[in-house]
Amino acid sequence: MAFVQNFPFFAIMLYLAGGVICAVLRPKAAKWYCLAVNGAVMLLLLATFFFVAGKGESYVYLMGHFPAPWGNEIRIGTLEALTGAAFAGVMLFSLLGGMEHIFEDCEPEKVNLYFTVICLLMSSLMALVFTNDLFTAYVFVEINTIASCALVMLKYNTGRPLIATARYLTMSLLGSSMFLIGIILLYSVSGHLLMEDIGEAVQTMFADGRYEFPLTVIIGLFSISMAIKSALFPFHAWLPDAHGSATATSSAVLSGLVLKGYIFLLIKIFYRVIGMNVIAAEHITNILFVFGALAMVAGSIRALQERDLKRMLAFSSVAQIGYIFLGIGMDNEAGMVAACIQILAHAFTKPMLFCAAGGFMSVSGGSKKMEDITGAGYRDPLGGAAFTVGALSMIGIPLFAGFVTKLHLTTAAVSLGGFKSVAGIAVIVVSTLLNALYYIPVIGNLYARPKDGRWEGVKARYHWEYAAAMVVFILLNLFYGICSGGFVQAIESGLGMFG
Amino acid sequence: MKIQKSRLLCRLFNWVEGEQKYIPSEAGEYATTVRPDETDRWRERAEGEEQGTLKRLKDWGGETAVKNYGPVYRVIAVLVCVTVTTLLLLTVSYLPRYGEASNPANNEVPKRYIESGIEETGAVNFVAGMILDYRAFDTLGESNVLFIAVCSVLILLRKDRTDGKVNIKEMDRPIRELIDDNILKCSAAILVPVGLIFGIYVILNGHLSAGGGFSGGAIIGAALILYVSAFGEEKASRFFTYGTYKWVSFAALMTYAGLKTYSFFTGANHLESGIPLGTPGAILSSGLILPLNICVGCVVACTMYAFYSLFRKGGI
Repeated sequence: MAFVQNFPFFAIMLYLAGGVICAVLRPKAAKWYCLAVNGAVMLLLLATFFFVAGKGESYVYLMGHFPAPWGNEIRIGTLEALTGAAFAGVMLFSLLGGMEHIFEDCEPEKVNLYFTVICLLMSSLMALVFTNDLFTAYVFVEINTIASCALVMLKYNTGRPLIATARYLTMSLLGSSMFLIGIILLYSVSGHLLMEDIGEAVQTMFADGRYEFPLTVIIGLFSISMAIKSALFPFHAWLPDAHGSATATSSAVLSGLVLKGYIFLLIKIFYRVIGMNVIAAEHITNILFVFGALAMVAGSIRALQERDLKRMLAFSSVAQIGYIFLGIGMDNEAGMVAACIQILAHAFTKPMLFCAAGGFMSVSGGSKKMEDITGAGYRDPLGGAAFTVGALSMIGIPLFAGFVTKLHLTTAAVSLGGFKSVAGIAVIVVSTLLNALYYIPVIGNLYARPKDGRWEGVKARYHWEYAAAMVVFILLNLFYGICSGGFVQAIESGLGMFG
Repeated sequence: MKIQKSRLLCRLFNWVEGEQKYIPSEAGEYATTVRPDETDRWRERAEGEEQGTLKRLKDWGGETAVKNYGPVYRVIAVLVCVTVTTLLLLTVSYLPRYGEASNPANNEVPKRYIESGIEETGAVNFVAGMILDYRAFDTLGESNVLFIAVCSVLILLRKDRTDGKVNIKEMDRPIRELIDDNILKCSAAILVPVGLIFGIYVILNGHLSAGGGFSGGAIIGAALILYVSAFGEEKASRFFTYGTYKWVSFAALMTYAGLKTYSFFTGANHLESGIPLGTPGAILSSGLILPLNICVGCVVACTMYAFYSLFRKGGI
């Protein structure tokens, strides 16, 4: 076994140990340690990605001395390695982009715990991306649930973040428990926890027609639990408060990465555990298609009404999550590729928008109201540029990341044929128009002149961290938008070795 | 810092109960605990947040939503619960009967655990072999769940220290103490040592008999909680402080992660781990399971005690 094949395992362990180490370090040291771990993991996983892409097939890594149905294992293909590397990179730059706010917003003695939570959150995301065992997935879903709630409430635990956390925790626990019930039911009918073994058992069950009813319930439980956790439309009520009231990095991470971790797990369950043929036969994809489409429209309409910048971005996340589910719901290869493209595109774009919003807040007296951030683009030119790029990407202007999603999603919708095709294209068009309707006024507002000389003389004092994060995010967005071919190819080959 | 929290809480309770009670004044007893340079920034922010929260709470509860649609919400909630319960019960009726030999769960997986478990892990207790050797990765995740749970409670409840030291007397005050209760003290004096020793026994024999880190740690934690409720914070802080908690869980989790990294790494690369399994049944046997049990036990005991003291007084 090549040494590079150990890297995904190192990534998980580095984050797990990093969380424990950050808890005993002083805040400054914890910050550097956490940044170093994120950077190292990004490089390690990039190396793994190139290794797997060169080899052309996925491999299984034993967690211990016992092979899979008895012990634990993780499985690494190109899609997993790429997603893992992207997550670590986005986390690194979201941390940098919101670093000032972390030290401002958290109580001084507890800042090191912020980095603990970040490290453990990342360990859980890595485990969700790589695991090949349903129960391991559940254990790390638990870590993810607690860590993401802690991220919301770490901002001065007064008032709004606390209420937001309470709602988030309730919804998230509901999702976890449904997921656990689903695993228990599936275990009692299949007798396995390893994804491929369950997959085989489910295929025989499906062919025999045995356990037809439990199987439907199980698929429903998995889909609903992951939909709650990734804030698909009717279950999105917790999201705007949680993402809108947290500190900049938390908002960035929660909407850029945490939601995607669950969707990635859902895709994995669909491919490996249940099998896409069963999913399609149960019409789950159609349901996801409908709710994805509803989310795209409803999220955008709510964002249109919002006068609070961060809450607007949060509602925009609801709409963007809708794109992913629309892609999954199309029930063809192209749709799934488009969904994976959107996972990455949104992970690259939304954290940039949230970090820029954090920058605007610090040059607007800490307010995130639209009327207060007027002219913030002049006071914080770099943040203004980043926000403009992010907004254009969200609308789907060519050259930016969001365009790649829309292009592939539309192509996939065209290839569907029939009513679904028309509905898909219509909803993409409507959603794009709505996106433009709420993002363009914000850009206009950013570059408008504030009334009666407000904020005169206020200018952002750039710290290298914020500047670096903004520049890297802008470049990453353009890179993803322009050189999308390589990414698409990697995703296609990754999905090929996924099942 | 503390003053803002308590003011907010008081107002919240007043609002919930619909009556006016004492709200500590801003220049009151706690004012000295806030560092002067941070006070203003804090106050501004927290006041703003507080106003917003109260307004939202009112919007939620009192005036609009629940008042107008309250009954509808309740009816829908009941309907959803009944439907989901019925659906799940119906599903259970389709499942294979519990305990039958032909169940899908009776396959090669438990067979190997039972038949060659002793030989492969060296643990007479199959469960210990399963959770700490075959599926040790899950258990590593599980102990990190405990760790992050404590971290979250620390973030939420731990009060700020005044000048690097926790004022123990202050923390004991708000709660009705039973420190002078002789019955409690005497029973605790008998039960605590027994509890501690039994906990240690359960942990150390985890690979030989029923028990292990999780259950033994819970027993030790319970004994510590009994001690602190009977004898008070001041005595407990002689041997268990925030530093103790921090370093014990750090050491335990790092040892666990370190040992398992070695074992996973050798396992995945098909190398000999070189860890002797010993004679099954002996106290020093079963490879890494004994040290791992000790680590898990430390984490669980610390977690239980930390939860108790955080909820009781906002500090360890």
